Amino acid sequence: MEYLEFELPIKELQEQYEKACKIGEESDVDVSNTCKQIELKLEETKKEIYKNLTPWQRVQLSRHPNRPYTLDYIKAICGDSFLELHGDRSFKDDKAMIGGLGKIGDQSYMFIGQQKGFNTKTRQYRNFGMANPEGYRKALRLMKMAEKFGVPVVTLIDTPGAYPGLEAEERGQGEAIARNIMEMTRLKVPIIVVIIGEGASGGALGIGVGDKVLMLENTWYSVISPESCSSILWRSWEYKEQAAEALKLTAADMKKQKLIDQIVKEPLGGAHSDKEKTYLIVANAIEKAFRGLENLSPKELVENRMKKYSEMGVHKG
Amino acid sequence: MAWFKRTKKGIQTPTEDKKDVPKGLWYKSPTGKIVDSEELEKNFYVSPEDGYHVRIGSKEYFEILFDDNEFKELDKGITSKDPLQFEDTKKYTDRLKAAQEKTGLKDAVRTAVGKSMGEDLVIACMDFSFIGGSMGSVVGEKIARAADYALKKKIPFMIISKSGGARMMEAALSLMQLAKTSAKIAQLAAAKIPYISLCTDPTTGGTTASFAMLGDINISEPGALIGFAGPRVVRDTTGKDLPDGFQTAEFLQEHGFLDFISHRKDLKRMINLYLDLILNRPLREKVS
Repeated sequence: MEYLEFELPIKELQEQYEKACKIGEESDVDVSNTCKQIELKLEETKKEIYKNLTPWQRVQLSRHPNRPYTLDYIKAICGDSFLELHGDRSFKDDKAMIGGLGKIGDQSYMFIGQQKGFNTKTRQYRNFGMANPEGYRKALRLMKMAEKFGVPVVTLIDTPGAYPGLEAEERGQGEAIARNIMEMTRLKVPIIVVIIGEGASGGALGIGVGDKVLMLENTWYSVISPESCSSILWRSWEYKEQAAEALKLTAADMKKQKLIDQIVKEPLGGAHSDKEKTYLIVANAIEKAFRGLENLSPKELVENRMKKYSEMGVHKG
Repeated sequence: MAWFKRTKKGIQTPTEDKKDVPKGLWYKSPTGKIVDSEELEKNFYVSPEDGYHVRIGSKEYFEILFDDNEFKELDKGITSKDPLQFEDTKKYTDRLKAAQEKTGLKDAVRTAVGKSMGEDLVIACMDFSFIGGSMGSVVGEKIARAADYALKKKIPFMIISKSGGARMMEAALSLMQLAKTSAKIAQLAAAKIPYISLCTDPTTGGTTASFAMLGDINISEPGALIGFAGPRVVRDTTGKDLPDGFQTAEFLQEHGFLDFISHRKDLKRMINLYLDLILNRPLREKVS
């Protein structure tokens, strides 16, 4: 397990705990009391630390190297029923954007999401979760397929942004995202969106328009990353903490602004501290969201969705 | 008496006392051509020397596209709030105030309805001079309301994009304007109201990732910069030299994202020709 700087007190206690247990195993000394005490302290420290996270610390948690990624969720939630589907049918298969069909209970869903890697090699293979235009077009192809057969769509968002590359521009990154956003506003099946990590700007919204938008507790969603915001507005990379504060990018802030529908609580210590529990929580949240949408007609779904987005924005007059 | 007034060596006049040519008499194009301002205006703000299309705002575009510069401005009174109390090196409210004072505009888009070659047209035109033409809640709302007007009255709709992207000071609220405006474009499409997107210099970021690329036709002016990520970001990310003409209107047309590029003097004729053709109505201008 890797620890972030603000998690170091937890690491220390965890190590103490393990050491004490080991002593107990290797000698006749009764350590059960000590262990119990350290365990209690550990729990308390965790509660204290995670209760008072700053926006920047949440950004760090959203990028925690042990945090589960899109395919981890889907495979855990759907098990063997998951069938991955590939390709945009015009250029190639984008490894940064994955998709496929799977079941939760008896219900089929079309899952779509950005995929990050877990080591240097797979991170490169997945292009750090930054999709190219063909990724967004693959996502759209799968959404239209789902629409044709009345299958609800679930998107899992975890991206530092759409890839700002030369070829991406040549192939119309802006157009691909714009098309997805528009098509998602009028897709005739339920769309459930879950932000599971980073939700960076157009790259996130390109698969992020939905009837129910959920955000895990330790994720962020905004128009720009705090680092880039700092470099543009403060003309320095040093103000990322202030930028994270100013952007109001946490799940709680986003809920308050009515830009998302629901916050999904993570286990104490973050999604990565108890992955199995996290998968279960997310699966339940998806099912619950779907139950709220399944009885709406396609017309009602689209009307409600368009109305919801029309109401976003704050202005005078 | 000396022939010359200057008796001391060197330039003695402090900068602030120097006499300058009054601003606005001349325009210098990027290739260094000097153009008389009045002549520039007569030539649709295109440098007659080298064809350079000068960046202009809603005032000039309305003048070029509406007959006799007559139009009714829509939703004039909408202005920005500062919902996030955003502050970087400056307060957002101060930036807004400064921009309003400098430009005389309320925000980065103006919307209007009027006659163009005798037929009604709704135009939403962005102003780059207002915080880089950035899209926040006001831009989203005004475009949405203008689209609603076009929907209700069944009038063709046109957006003239000129924007650096979403407005950072409204964070995720700005981002959601992409969805809000795109939903309106979907509604126009369902009602079969033609929507023309004119991408002018520059059209980047959030505008490109929403309405600017969603026209029944997407068109542009010569040399305009159009892209999702700005050229600097692309260069920094990839570490590659960018090819000549990267992200110009011509580049986008070549890659299949623009229907045509029009010289500004032909713009009014071209958009109305398209509308007559797509709506299958008699051509207003005789073609030979």
